[in-house]
Amino acid sequence: MHEMSLAVAVVDQVEAAATSRGAVGVSSIELDVGELAGVVADALAFCFELACAGTVVEGAELITRTVPGTARCAPCAEDWAVGMPPRLLCPGCGGAADELVSGRELRIREVRWADPEVREGRRADPEAPREEHRHPITEES
Amino acid sequence: MCRAVDLQRAVLAKNEAAAQILRTELSARGTTVVNLLSSPGSGKTALLERELRLAGERGVSAAALTADLATENDARRLARSGVPVKQVLTDGLCHLEADMVARHLHDWLPESTRLLFVENVGNLVCPAGYDLGESLRVVLASVTEGEDKPLKYPTAFGLAQLVIVTKTDMAEAAEFDEAAFRANVQQVNPGVEVVLSSVRDGKGAGALLDRALATAEGNRVHTPVMARAGA
Repeated sequence: MHEMSLAVAVVDQVEAAATSRGAVGVSSIELDVGELAGVVADALAFCFELACAGTVVEGAELITRTVPGTARCAPCAEDWAVGMPPRLLCPGCGGAADELVSGRELRIREVRWADPEVREGRRADPEAPREEHRHPITEES
Repeated sequence: MCRAVDLQRAVLAKNEAAAQILRTELSARGTTVVNLLSSPGSGKTALLERELRLAGERGVSAAALTADLATENDARRLARSGVPVKQVLTDGLCHLEADMVARHLHDWLPESTRLLFVENVGNLVCPAGYDLGESLRVVLASVTEGEDKPLKYPTAFGLAQLVIVTKTDMAEAAEFDEAAFRANVQQVNPGVEVVLSSVRDGKGAGALLDRALATAEGNRVHTPVMARAGA
């Protein structure tokens, strides 16, 4: 049950991003979770609720997407879905896969910042369409 | 060019940075870390007792850090081998993290230590994701746990650099199918070495110590497919 540690890390990271952007609320956080990441999405969602209490992230929706595991055999130039339990032997030649191409991800795909006026409860026009600002968190590579 | 922030790197960036610092610091003073993972009751402590005793007999300077949620029973058992032993109580946490290991080593680990064995919390799920600064990761499974254990806990077995089957003296009674177990290990971790061990009849005595020493001497260690992740 290390999902609590992971949930705290998600909240810390989004909080830091919110602070640097001056965001006052978070509408949703979208996560990519590889099927071999060893993470239980339901447990993570439960822990997330607890971890974000009292932070700028409180009330945000957590959306998790499962990323299937795929492996690659270089000699056969073949990629395959490893399945669960994973099969890391090439279905073509029976040799060891050269690498796991996907399946161990655990990353924030996107964060949506909440409309500041909604967060602060002083929207000028309650009937106006609510605006959400989509900002993928990015970093220079 | 921009890309999305990878949380696994971010969460583990903190842990992995701590692990890398620890690995670098310890290897600079000649200490190699071995991380032992298994279910509760697979025989990590019994195996370590034997290997630490052997280390003492061979004049290899070893030490052990043993983690449990509660009790100092394992430290007491391991201390009988005569090597420095320290108990880490995790207070309910299901795994060790690199900074916890670093904190416990501070002011304790003798400078001359060549091999530091870290007995992780008995758990095949959470500890798999945390690098502790080790140079050799060993996963144990006892013959009573069933041949499909590697398939049930693919990430733990998939990231192992050495697999040890314990309690082989009970293999017949447990109707352990060694060939099936080996095939299951190969499915999730092609090429990893599987060693048989029994502390009762002495099978595999010294195997862990030998692999740890080979790692300390800089021999190439198995790189699991799962560790060669594009993800």
